[in-house]
Amino acid sequence: MSWPVLSTITFLPLLGALLIVGLRGQDGSADRNARFIALWTTLVTFALSLLLWRDFDPTTAQFQFVERREWLGTIHFHMGVDGISLPFVLLTTLLMPLCILASWISITARVKEYMIAFLVLETLMLGVFTSLDLVLFYLFFEGGLIPMFLIIGIWGGPRRVYASFKFFLYTLAGSLLMLLAIMAIYWEAGTTDIPTLLTHGFPASMQTWLWFAFLASFAVKLPMWPVHTWLPDAHVEAPTAGSVILAGILLKMGGYGFLRFSIPMFPLASAEFAPLIFALSVVAIIYTSLVALAQEDVKKLIAYSSVAHMGFVTIGIFTITMQGLQGGIFQMLSHGIVFGALFLCVGVIYDRMHTREISAYGGLVDRMPLYAFCFMVFTLANVGLPGTSGFVGEFLSLTGAFRVNTWVAFLATTGIILSAAYALWLYRRVIFGKLEKPSLKFITDLTWREIAVMTPLVLLTVFFGFYPGPVLDASAASVEALIKNYHTALAAAEQARIALAP
Amino acid sequence: MPSSFHLAVALPEITLSIGAMALLMVGVATREDRSELVLGIAVGVIALAGFFVLRGTGTETLFADSFIVDSFARMMKLLTLIGAAVTLLMSVDYWRGKGRLKFEFPVLVLLATTGMMMMISANDLISLYVGLELQSLALYVVAAFDRRSAKSSEAGLKYFVLGALSSGMLLYGASLIYGFTGSTLFTEIAAAVQPSGANLGLIFGLVFLMVGFAFKISAVPFHMWTPDVYEGAPTPVTAFFAAAPKLAAMTLMVRTLFAAFPAVTPEWQQIVTFLAIASMALGAFAAIGQRNIKRLMAYSSIGHMGYALVGLAAGTAEGVQGVIIYLAIYLAMTLGTFACILAMRRNGRMVEEIDQLAGLSATNPLMAFLLGVLLFSLAGIPPLAGFFAKFYVFLAAIHAGLYALAVIGVLLSVVGAYYYLRIVKIMYFDEPAERFEPMPGVLATVLGGSGLFVLLFVAYPAPLVNAAATAAKSLF
Repeated sequence: MSWPVLSTITFLPLLGALLIVGLRGQDGSADRNARFIALWTTLVTFALSLLLWRDFDPTTAQFQFVERREWLGTIHFHMGVDGISLPFVLLTTLLMPLCILASWISITARVKEYMIAFLVLETLMLGVFTSLDLVLFYLFFEGGLIPMFLIIGIWGGPRRVYASFKFFLYTLAGSLLMLLAIMAIYWEAGTTDIPTLLTHGFPASMQTWLWFAFLASFAVKLPMWPVHTWLPDAHVEAPTAGSVILAGILLKMGGYGFLRFSIPMFPLASAEFAPLIFALSVVAIIYTSLVALAQEDVKKLIAYSSVAHMGFVTIGIFTITMQGLQGGIFQMLSHGIVFGALFLCVGVIYDRMHTREISAYGGLVDRMPLYAFCFMVFTLANVGLPGTSGFVGEFLSLTGAFRVNTWVAFLATTGIILSAAYALWLYRRVIFGKLEKPSLKFITDLTWREIAVMTPLVLLTVFFGFYPGPVLDASAASVEALIKNYHTALAAAEQARIALAP
Repeated sequence: MPSSFHLAVALPEITLSIGAMALLMVGVATREDRSELVLGIAVGVIALAGFFVLRGTGTETLFADSFIVDSFARMMKLLTLIGAAVTLLMSVDYWRGKGRLKFEFPVLVLLATTGMMMMISANDLISLYVGLELQSLALYVVAAFDRRSAKSSEAGLKYFVLGALSSGMLLYGASLIYGFTGSTLFTEIAAAVQPSGANLGLIFGLVFLMVGFAFKISAVPFHMWTPDVYEGAPTPVTAFFAAAPKLAAMTLMVRTLFAAFPAVTPEWQQIVTFLAIASMALGAFAAIGQRNIKRLMAYSSIGHMGYALVGLAAGTAEGVQGVIIYLAIYLAMTLGTFACILAMRRNGRMVEEIDQLAGLSATNPLMAFLLGVLLFSLAGIPPLAGFFAKFYVFLAAIHAGLYALAVIGVLLSVVGAYYYLRIVKIMYFDEPAERFEPMPGVLATVLGGSGLFVLLFVAYPAPLVNAAATAAKSLF
């Protein structure tokens, strides 16, 4: 493609936001127009990203659709995608229109501002995955805090102020350490250009510090135990679409960061500290699963479950095997779809009953068969049933883990059993049983709009469960290159060590 | 033309001082209600001075090298003039509301600005002191300008007493330096100071000199006057204090340290590092509990000076570049924020409580949005300009190997982010309070201009960054 397709995709939502800013008129009609502009903008963005996918060449590990412009002297405006970032771009553009649709009637206050916040957020999220310069990446990475802070704080639940501050400050503290690491990289390598840095050999001692600085940022974002505590609060208080974006995309930035920066740029440190990551991930999986079992709030339960499942991602990635890495990537996509959908499911009943207490529900299957079906598909995907996307990701990650460390694989697998326990228990208490509560007597099933939101997610969950090929093929070349460079770097370091040995 | 008596070099200063004196005559000769005309002419004089500043090229000196104009001086002079002119313009509606604009106000601001110009160009301990005192004396008076208000008088008095003390220390330091080097000229001091032979007396002198500077930029532990003066002084005066003198004093400090004491960089680096950490910490923590927005801005400015000092602590050209970028962006953010504070007016009275901003996003969405942008920028969140300000100073600090300073600095900026977020929270998350009176045109223009600058800086940062790099190079 001759035109700058990546910038177009990235900044199109911003254009939509500007259009909404310009909207005038009566409150009702302006709100309606704002919704439609947001929907169309996100749909067009999605369509463009499909074009990107069509023209993407999966046989090469090179960055494609590269754009490079003057910006800040030695720091360039540099964009491009490879097999690792492309799936996340698609995930983002896919989830956005669904989020807009999901907020169609549940958001009634300040609709214009809401849509603007989401569109700006989409630009910033896409920028994270498409930028090929560390400073540019950081700009997008941290810029996303502002709209998300406002989304949680303005349209959130009763404890929204606490949740939004916690979200903002936690993430800011983590990412500022990464900023310092980026500066150190700039002086060490003389550039912040990512493709150049991927082949730059950092001194071993420096790698450790840089790796930990990046870990501080990504661990908070992912989130890993023990810095996950902001997430349940943020999830519970955020509006439905905010939770979807949070679980679906913002968390993925942490995993993407590990894939894009930590492993290729600091291979020695990654090899050395992989056990630390394994330990933290196993604790996360088991501990947060147990915590999930004790929750009384639907959304909180799913939030903890989400943290537990991100543990598989980090395990998979840091095995640095073909299966593990691809499993990690796939698990992130599947997590984005499944947990996005689960939060949408919570939103559906919350919109009707305005409570998230598990005990307030029961027997919904009588009145809401369609909803019960959708919820079941996502619950089973959450459990990791074969035939759903959840299975593929977890299976690949665990296969990778098994090759590296059987104990890690063993302990992580217990997490799957626990996830079956809490997910099925939740499903039973909400959907099955007798419909006894008088308040539920007149609850209605999914509307056409909600069906439109759920259908693509159900289809994708099942489709990827049977045929994960599109994602695995797209990322294969890039992942192979990643592993090859990693082993080359380790071998070189080993050679140097032997050469220096007396 | 080395050190020849060529007055054109000092044309901006001459314009300002002649302008000030002429306006004083105009003020005396006409009746009271012509004060706004005087103010208008004063802005014109500043603009003319700015024009003369822009016309200069290269490095020029005057009065036997004691007065220097290089691209560093030119850039800082322009910024200072912008700060002075904009705050003068913003003050019109304030005084009109109070009904007591006196023609002395613009004249005093002009005199203070003349002092600042001289500070920026000072290349000698004596011209340094003359510029500093001219500025300070004018500032003491404008701080107490609202003489019917006890708070304003208190502010003026407090500022005067502490300022006089700091001037004394500065003079004492200057005399020690003269005694141990035999010259007041920066170039000759620099030649006399040897890295190995830096004796204790000279270091003492340097420390006292820096105490004086730290007082002027309100760096901790010499910040005590700032919150009281900011709160007590009339709001346009506070805006002026926050904008122009900080820039001039910081420039003075940068030039003195680099032009006169490059040989003892490690010695003053320690002091600057301490000042930076202490200012960032106090600015961040003390602002959390503030209820009055002017007091909050005082602590915020203390913190920001701490961040600017991080660049100075690096002791390199990159560091100076960072300081210049920081100050330029700080100026834009401060002017915009004070435009908002000046627009907080209800039923003909100014309100200063932060809680009064409650629900501003519902009553005045545009003002809330722009103030929100400025606050996020003050907190240093990308992609706003405030992020780049912090980026460049920390970039320099990392290159200079000041890792501890950088880590402490960024973590303190998280603390600092909290109180800016608190204002955003009050504006966006809380239930609306009563509307403010409509924003006067000047304030709206200033707010819009600074908001757009902060928002769009990311799209085209090169001009400022390059100008700052050129300016920084002229010092080395």
